[in-house]
Amino acid sequence: MSTRDLWLALALVVGGCASTAMTPRATEGPNLGSEATPAQIAGWDISVGPDGVGLPPGKGTSATGAIVYEQKCQACHGAKGGGQPNDRLVGGHGTLASKAPVRTIGSYWPYATTVFDYVRRSMPYIQPQSLTDNDVYAVTAYLLHLNGIISETDEMNAQTLPKVKMPNQPNFIIVYPSRGK
Amino acid sequence: MPDKAIVEPAVDQSKRRFMKQSLGLIAATGLGAGGAKEAGAAPPEVPPSMKGPGDGMSQYGSPAKYERKVTRVLIRSQPGTTGSGASRTPLESLDGMITPSGLHFERHHSGVPDIDPDQHRLLVHGMVKRPLIFTMDALLRYPMISRIHFLECSGNSQTLYQPAPPNLTAGETHGLVSCSEWTGVPLRVLLEEAGVDGSAQWMLAEGGDSAAMSRSIPMAKAMDDAILALFQNGERLRPENGYPVRLFLPGWEGNMSVKWLRRLKIVSAPIMTKDETSRYTDLQADGKSLMFTYPMGVKSVITLPSHGMTLRGAGLYQVSGIAWSGNGAIRKVEVSSDGGRTWTDAPLVAPVLPRALTRFRLPWKWDGTATVLKSRATDETGAVQPERQPFIAEHGNNAIFHFHAIQAWGVAANGEVKHVYA
Repeated sequence: MSTRDLWLALALVVGGCASTAMTPRATEGPNLGSEATPAQIAGWDISVGPDGVGLPPGKGTSATGAIVYEQKCQACHGAKGGGQPNDRLVGGHGTLASKAPVRTIGSYWPYATTVFDYVRRSMPYIQPQSLTDNDVYAVTAYLLHLNGIISETDEMNAQTLPKVKMPNQPNFIIVYPSRGK
Repeated sequence: MPDKAIVEPAVDQSKRRFMKQSLGLIAATGLGAGGAKEAGAAPPEVPPSMKGPGDGMSQYGSPAKYERKVTRVLIRSQPGTTGSGASRTPLESLDGMITPSGLHFERHHSGVPDIDPDQHRLLVHGMVKRPLIFTMDALLRYPMISRIHFLECSGNSQTLYQPAPPNLTAGETHGLVSCSEWTGVPLRVLLEEAGVDGSAQWMLAEGGDSAAMSRSIPMAKAMDDAILALFQNGERLRPENGYPVRLFLPGWEGNMSVKWLRRLKIVSAPIMTKDETSRYTDLQADGKSLMFTYPMGVKSVITLPSHGMTLRGAGLYQVSGIAWSGNGAIRKVEVSSDGGRTWTDAPLVAPVLPRALTRFRLPWKWDGTATVLKSRATDETGAVQPERQPFIAEHGNNAIFHFHAIQAWGVAANGEVKHVYA
């Protein structure tokens, strides 16, 4: 052991003694969290990853989705996802490199699971988390079908949705952590 | 070559103050003459304020009534909504490095929630040994740190991607940046208590607003300098800034500093939320998009003088502005008063802190001819703020986020200051 290591070891011993008394490590917390139960977590955990982890049981197709859409979504997003007064959800394919890019679910979004995750957590704008999981699957199917990504009869569920390939996904370049600025 | 019109910084302080105040008056009134008309208050008269007692104390102070025009600006929300949009800091009306909490910019995705701190909980779960729930009272007992940092929405200055210069003030253009002292618990402390799995690379942060706004955060940042912020500029967070608790990620795009924080889920890969895929990604001219472009680039803007102000004749003025970088401290700000042909180092106002707004000021003798003012910041990593033309050549006009090129203000011979691309 070098002299430097010896001093380091000694410093650690002294520091260790001190930390048990009045001067805790800067990163030491008082442990005031209460353990969360699986039921508590289940009530809050609404996130869905691109691998499908987090997708709930349930299913839906475009036909049901069209009905839900007309009742809950159309007022803001226009007939068949055409937009106005708010974001357009359908079309825009092939426009991203033009002077007027149209970014929609179909032309831009890289993952189909994001549609489910976002609709369930945030939509409809005035009443989020009010749709049933079946309704969310159905609206997701409807929007994917309108964008020509799945067929009218394809059922969306926890197994099928993560397998949907979004057309613009290969055009995303992940920068972090390769670029430092 | 030094810029001849930039006066050496050693200038009488009272004169600089006067110049600044007279400029401000011109901006506020839109008049070319800043003459005061306080009849009865000017010497030799004794002003009314000295002829009787003033107002009493107050429980919570407000700005002077004469400053009521200084408000957040360019408040815009999605059609049919009032809380899905942004408001901006009036940069040209402020000085120093700290933004008053009431003027801090806002960006909400579904309004400002009303959250009772006694009812609010923070859940930490996922790839941890012990999933934990924290009350706000509990968090207030944790060891705190205080840091002065800017927060910038990655959509700041986005109008400058457009082909024509906008008709907007400095605040309307660049006011999605603000700077506060943030006090809270180092996030690392809570994550260590929960016992984060060493192989976990990401963390989902979710807000308690009606958008349940969520972002995936690299674990490296969470364990480095992330703060669970409870206080802003000495008082508890304002509701519009995430009361009762927000995530704060120094230097990174504002959307990731999730407000009204309710849940942190430790995960192995990004969740690919709406905001990190369809929203805060950078569409390039070739149709490809950059994803996870987190730190805000080195940037500066002259706030005095700036668009909408009028210089009152040739003479000595003070140029003042702010600079910042998501990658560290500002090392240098250069100012040009000849459209970028020559540059002069502007003195930086202490303290110069990493990932904080840094004020620069320097005197400028205007000769009364048309010219262009620019500022150019360099950060401690050596990154230099780019000119707009090469920046646009690289990124195109279709991007919305992470604009950080040089701002040019055209000064006309009649003193009017306007946006120019030069």
